[in-house]
Amino acid sequence: MAETYIAKSTAIAARMLGGEMMIMSAVDSTFFTLNEVATVIWQAADGHTPLSKIVERNICEEFEIEPDVAQRDAEEFVNELSQHGILKVSDHPIADSRTGAQ
Amino acid sequence: MSLLAEMNEKAHALGIPLSVHIDVTYRCNERCVHCYLDHDDKGEMTTQEIKNVLDQLAEAGVFFLVFSGGEVFMRRDFLELVEYARKLLFNVKVKTNGVMIHEAEAKRLRELGVEQLQLSVYSHRPEVHDAITKLPGSLKRTVNSIKFLKSQGLKVTLSNVLMTVNRQDERGTRALAKQLGVDYTLDPTVTPKMDGDISILRLRVDEENLDELFQDDELVGNVEEYCKPPAPVDEDVMEGYSCSAGHTACYISPYGDVFPCVQFPLPTGNIRRQKFTDIWYDSPQMNEVRSIKVKDLTVCSSCTHAGSCTRCPGLAYMEGSMRGPSTSDCMKSYHRTGIPSANMLRKAAMTSSGPLVQILPMLV
Repeated sequence: MAETYIAKSTAIAARMLGGEMMIMSAVDSTFFTLNEVATVIWQAADGHTPLSKIVERNICEEFEIEPDVAQRDAEEFVNELSQHGILKVSDHPIADSRTGAQ
Repeated sequence: MSLLAEMNEKAHALGIPLSVHIDVTYRCNERCVHCYLDHDDKGEMTTQEIKNVLDQLAEAGVFFLVFSGGEVFMRRDFLELVEYARKLLFNVKVKTNGVMIHEAEAKRLRELGVEQLQLSVYSHRPEVHDAITKLPGSLKRTVNSIKFLKSQGLKVTLSNVLMTVNRQDERGTRALAKQLGVDYTLDPTVTPKMDGDISILRLRVDEENLDELFQDDELVGNVEEYCKPPAPVDEDVMEGYSCSAGHTACYISPYGDVFPCVQFPLPTGNIRRQKFTDIWYDSPQMNEVRSIKVKDLTVCSSCTHAGSCTRCPGLAYMEGSMRGPSTSDCMKSYHRTGIPSANMLRKAAMTSSGPLVQILPMLV
């Protein structure tokens, strides 16, 4: 199965606020807040770590979630954010991704 | 409650400065008749100093960043500063007169992901707008700039200030915004100059102009709702605050001075000598501002408008006390609802009552 690589879009604003990530699309001004698990995926979206690795390393171990469930939820989350242009998704590593919000 | 309002509440509870307005220069290529600034450069922060400030703001949790001036494009490094701010993932809004924005600048602003630009236009007629800015050809250049920005798909707001010298053109200016396909805001507030000079207050519109504005559904939305009498003041109102100044927002001048708001000239520290978070969390002035609840206000705490007034503590401060009333907001509340404010009633009582000591001739 092909790997999925994710990177943060450049057309967003983002900041941590009390443990939640606030994200606003500069394209359509849609505003999101991510919960703790989604924030971990977002922060790990460096363009070159496969999503499966992020789920295994950052989600299953940290939050004690079953791998199948975690992978399915992560894919849904990634799809939703990519539809709003918040995340870039590819089956190849993505170059020039940002280093993430402060 | 919207997600954004929830975030504001959360930032307020955590003491996070969610929004910062930074003027990168006071220099300007226009000389607007109502401007409160001194346009001489008295030692602006360097590119590196501003980048350092932006690093500190990102670390402090700032999300919304407004770049303004003066005219921001008077700084040759302005786009470099925007690029740096966007790398730090701020939501960036730019206030400008636009006269130095051409196709290349508009394209770059779009590439950098600027959220919104606000451009000042005071009339649809060059003879009025250019007389206010004192820059011949400025309306044409600003309108061209709006077109460049719109062609890049950027969100643009045309910002007008209602004054005695342009009130007759307000509808025409609004029509120009419609024709250009941009949002429109109108502000009737003219503030004293930074050096305390109040001569520009003569440009404030008469009170009957406020009545007209507040009855205009294009400006205020549902007039009936907007002008309805205020709800009874309850404990929640009394325990509340006037605005976000010093709570989730502050202002930084080109010289690094930090204030609770751009309209609140109470110095709280200087970022060239102190860390931003030290000023934000520990400045006695900032802490005093954020300690003031509605119940602590000297006159307004007894006002029927206490829960709905737009009372600006900065304007109140300029009138003499940050706990006192802001007369221009009293007038807005009155003209919006027809109900006089506590401050107005107090002043009327003071002027209509007889002398405190009466000496009467002895009748024999």
